[in-house]
Amino acid sequence: MLHIYCPICERYCDETELVCGGEAHIIRKDVTNNDQEFYDYLYARKNFKGVTFERWRHLFGCGKWFHVSRCTINNQVFGSYSIRDSRPPKSLLTKIKRLRVDFKGWIK
Amino acid sequence: MSARLPSGGSRINRRKKIDFQFNGRRLKGLEGDTVASALLANDELLVGRSFKYHRPRGIYGSGEDEPNALMGIGEEGNFEPNVRATDIQLRENLVVKSQNHWPSLSMDFLSINNLLSRFFSAGFYYKTFIRPRFAWKYIFEPIIRRSAGLGNAPTQEDVEKYEHVHFETDILVVGAGIAGITAAKSFQDTGLSVLLCEKDSEFGGRLVSDSDELEREINHQVLKKNLETLKSCENVSVKLNTCVTGVFDHGYVLAIEEKSGETNSPQKILWKIRAKKIVLCSGAFERPIVFPDNDIPGIMLASAVRDYIEFYGVLIGDRVVLTTNNDDAYKTALKLKENGINVPAILDARKSASSNLVKKVKEEGIKVLFGKCIGRVEGKKRVESIGVCAVNGQGSIEDTIQCNGVAVSGGWVPNANLWSHCGGKLEWDKKNGFYKPDHNKSSIGHDGEPNMIALGSCSGVFTNFEIQDQVPRKINQLLMGMKIKSKRSFEKNPFRKEQFSADIPVFILPHGAGKDIEKRMFVDFQNDVKVTDINLAALEGYESIEHAKRYTTLGMATDQGKTSNINGINILSKYLGRPVEEIGHTTFRPPYKPIPLGVIAGQYSNKLFKPTRKTPIDAWSETNNAKWEPVGDWRRAYAYPQENETISQTLTREVLNVRNNVGLLDSSTLGKVLVKGPDAAKFLDLIYTNKMSTLPVGKCRYGLMCTEAGFVFDDGVVARLTDDTFLCHTTSGGSDRVYAWFEEWLQTEWFDFEVYVSNLTEQYSQINVVGPNSRKLLKRLKGISLLDSKLPFMHFAEGFLDRIWVRVYRISFSGELSYELAVKSNDAAVLWEKLINLGNDFKVEPYGTEALHILRAEKGFIVVGDETDGTVTPQDLGMNWIVSKKKEDFIGKKALNLPFLNKKNRKQLVGILTLDEKFVLPDGCHAVEDGRPIGHVTSTYFSPTLSRSIALGLIEEGHSRIGSTIEFSVSKTESAFGKLVDPVFYDKEGKKQDV
Amino acid sequence: MKKYSVFSIAKEAFNGDQGWEKAWKKNEPKAEYDVLIVGAGGHGLATAYYLAKNYNITNVAILEKGWLGGGNTGRNTTIIRSNYLQESSIGIYEKARSLYESMSQDLNFNIMFSPRGVLMLCQTEHELRAMKRTEQANRLYKVDTKMVTPDEVKEIVPIININGPRFPVLGGLWQPRGGTARHDAVAWGLARKCSSLGIDIIEQCEVTGVKSSQGKISGLDTSRGPIKAKKVCFVVAGHSSVLANLAGFRLPIESVPLQALVSEPIKPMIDCVVMANTVHGYLSQSDKGELVIGGGTDGYNCYSQRGSFSHVEETVRALVETFPVISRLKQLRQWGGIADVTGDRSPIISKTPIGGLYINCGWGTGGFKAIPGSGWATAEMIKEDNPGSLAAPFSLDRFVEGRLIDESVAAAVAH
Repeated sequence: MLHIYCPICERYCDETELVCGGEAHIIRKDVTNNDQEFYDYLYARKNFKGVTFERWRHLFGCGKWFHVSRCTINNQVFGSYSIRDSRPPKSLLTKIKRLRVDFKGWIK
Repeated sequence: MSARLPSGGSRINRRKKIDFQFNGRRLKGLEGDTVASALLANDELLVGRSFKYHRPRGIYGSGEDEPNALMGIGEEGNFEPNVRATDIQLRENLVVKSQNHWPSLSMDFLSINNLLSRFFSAGFYYKTFIRPRFAWKYIFEPIIRRSAGLGNAPTQEDVEKYEHVHFETDILVVGAGIAGITAAKSFQDTGLSVLLCEKDSEFGGRLVSDSDELEREINHQVLKKNLETLKSCENVSVKLNTCVTGVFDHGYVLAIEEKSGETNSPQKILWKIRAKKIVLCSGAFERPIVFPDNDIPGIMLASAVRDYIEFYGVLIGDRVVLTTNNDDAYKTALKLKENGINVPAILDARKSASSNLVKKVKEEGIKVLFGKCIGRVEGKKRVESIGVCAVNGQGSIEDTIQCNGVAVSGGWVPNANLWSHCGGKLEWDKKNGFYKPDHNKSSIGHDGEPNMIALGSCSGVFTNFEIQDQVPRKINQLLMGMKIKSKRSFEKNPFRKEQFSADIPVFILPHGAGKDIEKRMFVDFQNDVKVTDINLAALEGYESIEHAKRYTTLGMATDQGKTSNINGINILSKYLGRPVEEIGHTTFRPPYKPIPLGVIAGQYSNKLFKPTRKTPIDAWSETNNAKWEPVGDWRRAYAYPQENETISQTLTREVLNVRNNVGLLDSSTLGKVLVKGPDAAKFLDLIYTNKMSTLPVGKCRYGLMCTEAGFVFDDGVVARLTDDTFLCHTTSGGSDRVYAWFEEWLQTEWFDFEVYVSNLTEQYSQINVVGPNSRKLLKRLKGISLLDSKLPFMHFAEGFLDRIWVRVYRISFSGELSYELAVKSNDAAVLWEKLINLGNDFKVEPYGTEALHILRAEKGFIVVGDETDGTVTPQDLGMNWIVSKKKEDFIGKKALNLPFLNKKNRKQLVGILTLDEKFVLPDGCHAVEDGRPIGHVTSTYFSPTLSRSIALGLIEEGHSRIGSTIEFSVSKTESAFGKLVDPVFYDKEGKKQDV
Repeated sequence: MKKYSVFSIAKEAFNGDQGWEKAWKKNEPKAEYDVLIVGAGGHGLATAYYLAKNYNITNVAILEKGWLGGGNTGRNTTIIRSNYLQESSIGIYEKARSLYESMSQDLNFNIMFSPRGVLMLCQTEHELRAMKRTEQANRLYKVDTKMVTPDEVKEIVPIININGPRFPVLGGLWQPRGGTARHDAVAWGLARKCSSLGIDIIEQCEVTGVKSSQGKISGLDTSRGPIKAKKVCFVVAGHSSVLANLAGFRLPIESVPLQALVSEPIKPMIDCVVMANTVHGYLSQSDKGELVIGGGTDGYNCYSQRGSFSHVEETVRALVETFPVISRLKQLRQWGGIADVTGDRSPIISKTPIGGLYINCGWGTGGFKAIPGSGWATAEMIKEDNPGSLAAPFSLDRFVEGRLIDESVAAAVAH
């Protein structure tokens, strides 16, 4: 039962208030892209075992989407940040590197 | 024989007798008894049968580690199987039945399994019953199923109520023994909120009950003083009778509170606790030593023997032998002696021991035999005598001692169950022979910091003196980690340092036991796992502890291996010749103590199970005989049958009334999402396959939404309320999904758009007035003009009808002249009743969802979810006209170009007219060509309007097959033939709706 | 391989059970094999078994990082059924079901396949129509199912409440030849047979690297040293993406927790498997007497093999509502597995961007029922370096083409 910080409500929320929207920072593809690129966008997932970056929504709360970095092995949560960020903030990446030796940096 | 002592028993009230029934016989117990203590007081030593061999079994423990004494408790709606007799309070007239025997407990025919046990070694069923193939299903498995299982299945609905409670705390302390109490009070003045949960009804754990005469007064005083301090701690809440049973991610903890007494209130409460830090003070279990014939009734854990005397004044027997490897069991000897019980001998596996406790026992005149253990137990349904043998020998009997009770102790092992629920690791303590919490590998909170510490005996620290030393120190460390300063100073340790002779970790005795002896040694009592079973598993290569466990079922019984795990691991280790730490251990999983399924469901049953969404018109429909159907979370009126009507007569009447007169439909469940802002039009152009930006204010347009994969996702009519405001209607089941979809795209992809969306589904209710007489009917209400010139087809108008504000949409899902009236939900019921009573000459009648579906099918309109199933594109539906070619982008545009979505042989929507006009194709019926399925029917009805069967279907290359006749496979033997036609069966030109 | 039978049991019983052999040999890895299978779960073992049985390819090693059968094979709710909607799904699941029927005899190991029937409830009109469509598809593709009425549902499962206030039972889809099997036994039986056919089973051997040259596989690095092979197949449910990442490509897969639980054992109260998809729960009773309960997946990716209690709660609530008499039975333990869920919820049996490297994954919540069919199809693909008719629909490129196999259309949420 995860406890995740909603940066809009500025409080920790029970998992049952939230929904997870999967991998973060995927760039949408459209008719200008080829089928393989479209596949990468729509289906191919990193699905990392370890530090991940994902989208969550505070569904039963403020209703807002935000980004979260979490470890998929032990569920450690490293931080939440704006849904508008197109990549994880530098400060967060520094923090994760400090906390986790296995983290090799964010991969696009 | 077991019996009640003339005096003593701290938990019982000797003046209050309680009647109860055991296997149909009336017995008497005392207030404060558990079922177990009451049975023992009545000399009921035999209380159950084991799972596999149906061997006689007696009460073995005094708490939740009890493997044997499982009972069926209560009757009818109160019946509960598999209840530990040690765990349940005796109540007046309680009905108690032992389990797993036939015809009776004392004479059980299935105990023949015991005689055949040599054939039933571990895994025997994997090796046999293989041929002939049918025999497993028809002969062997039914026999196994009948003889397996323990208690009887309940047959009646549970009469009890349950409830859930949510609680947040900074600190959760698990267990109110001396460690837990000391821990809880250490948080005084820290400003942290503390919850202390104790599974028992009393504080103090074993502190007072386990102390000898000398210590008793001191311990009692310490407890009293600590409890007083605790009471004065305003930040500490205490829950007794509350067993913490599961630990999950990020400090989420489950506990079950047992209430007793008040009727009509919940008897069990599930606490859902979110704790920042968990302080585990869950104590320890006494571990048995495995010896030959160790499962005969009358053999009991030494601590349990003590508990029954201390708490209930009950004795296991009047001649009790002890077998042990540690000092603690000597306390039991003294307790027995204190109560005038004969203790013929203590068999101590150690070479010698000289602590004060041992000395004292010797002074009492009790014979202590060092280096000895039990080599044999005589007696079938109760112990009659034991044979003494040498620890290091092969089990040859040197002496026989008459006795009717055996107390066994292999030392205490930490109860670290909760520690490992959520990833905490255990380490092997070689010196003491047990697994204990590894503080370097505890579970973590969301921040990645350790969120649990273990204190007291669950951490492997056992004496009061050491605990008193450990707890404040560790709590201080915890507080420092949380950057909180404690104002408390360390108190002087009130306990005196105890001197113990060291235990020697022994698990099975005698050491040199051969196979013949090992097969009489039980490790897991309930599942009848013997030493030989574990050895056989290892011999056959099931060497991993997980394999051995699954192959032998060791530790998989209702006690989850509380008494058997450590012994099992050591037996495996010995057989394989590998150190225990290499063998590892199986994972403890929630729950620590089994939770009734009804408690997990909580109060959310019956009407509170997924509460029904109801429209404002629901009550009217209910009183007017509506037949209901669930649609998403809503319930909708399926039809409104009148007296003496069959359902098909009802549907025919409702449909024809709409076609010929006027009908009313409650369509309030229709999803309504408001989209507003300067970029609203731009946004909707991306959401819908067709263009919405060109929609003029005051008009409506039908729209389709696709997923990014190109499949139809939802549909509905969009109305442009103002230049920057659109109201998007969705399917009834789809409103939440569509609203969430809008939010997701707006917040995560197009966050630079200036658009707000709001789900107004419940703010507006909707009434459809449908049929050629609808305009005439509505004219009778004063207010806005509904003339075709004022409100043409596919337009809407706002204003008042009979002083009720409405937004009237001139749209049609039936093909008839139709007005859909949106009103504020508060006004819906009033307007509905007005309309229903408005024209007796018109015979206004309500119609339900099924008539709605027939009407739309006649008109060839799709229903998302019927004609589409998540794999259907707009082209498949013949709706190319709605897919914009001009727009550069919309959700799904790219995918609609993918090769597979443009293949020639895709299934396409067509109308189907069966050659036999009266024959309605069955739901889901498939079209076949040369026996190969080429598509299926999506909607199929008898059309009252056309007085013939009609259907819609998705058929391979359907559009080019129009005009041809194809075969439909109706059943194994029957086929029907249908002509493929355009899906619009009724009023193709669309004249009727546009008048 | 020492034969298992009632006679060998009797003989050994009088011999003190001293004559039994190891069920499977504990092999040391050789330097090179013809085929390496990564993952000694049901699917991996079945793949190796059919390589040997159907094609006589036995210079094969199965590498397992933990203990054999310790992944989803040993963690599922053991349901076997084939009442699917789409032709390609029916193909592989029905093949598997029919192979299960004779598996005990094939392996000389009683896997306790128990065709006690699988009943899928219909609790909305929409679900009822969807199931009728499935029934029709099943009949045409030769799967034995039939729709039953609410009264027949009650007859098959007397403890069910068909008149619940919220979701009354409107009917059910009944597959009499579906059922359950003993999951561990499937793994052990396959392992024993593979071992006897000369296949090496190497436990405690973790893959740490994938070696390839010029787009073709050449071998694997493992925690027990490098092993060469020209053909390698990943069959590692729950870790498919991890190995794919090692090999340098990404899969259309997310790994999510899936939980199950059992009650304490009680005397028989329900004979068949019941699945209630509208309320998200399914239930059967094991031969040991435990109610075996499963539900839907958790909503986020996780490799921890444990999930959130709220999902257990939702499942149990649904089942107590559907079977009120189970209210007093107690949950004994719960556990989690890692379900690899694909973009269309259907599995992948496919070649990969690397030549000679194959993958079998993405069975989501329903892999157990497919084990022998999946092994059969995967073995064929490895032998021919091309998927046969069973596997072809499940290739990876379907996602690029848009050729999805979406079973959720049949309202079959759970497996």
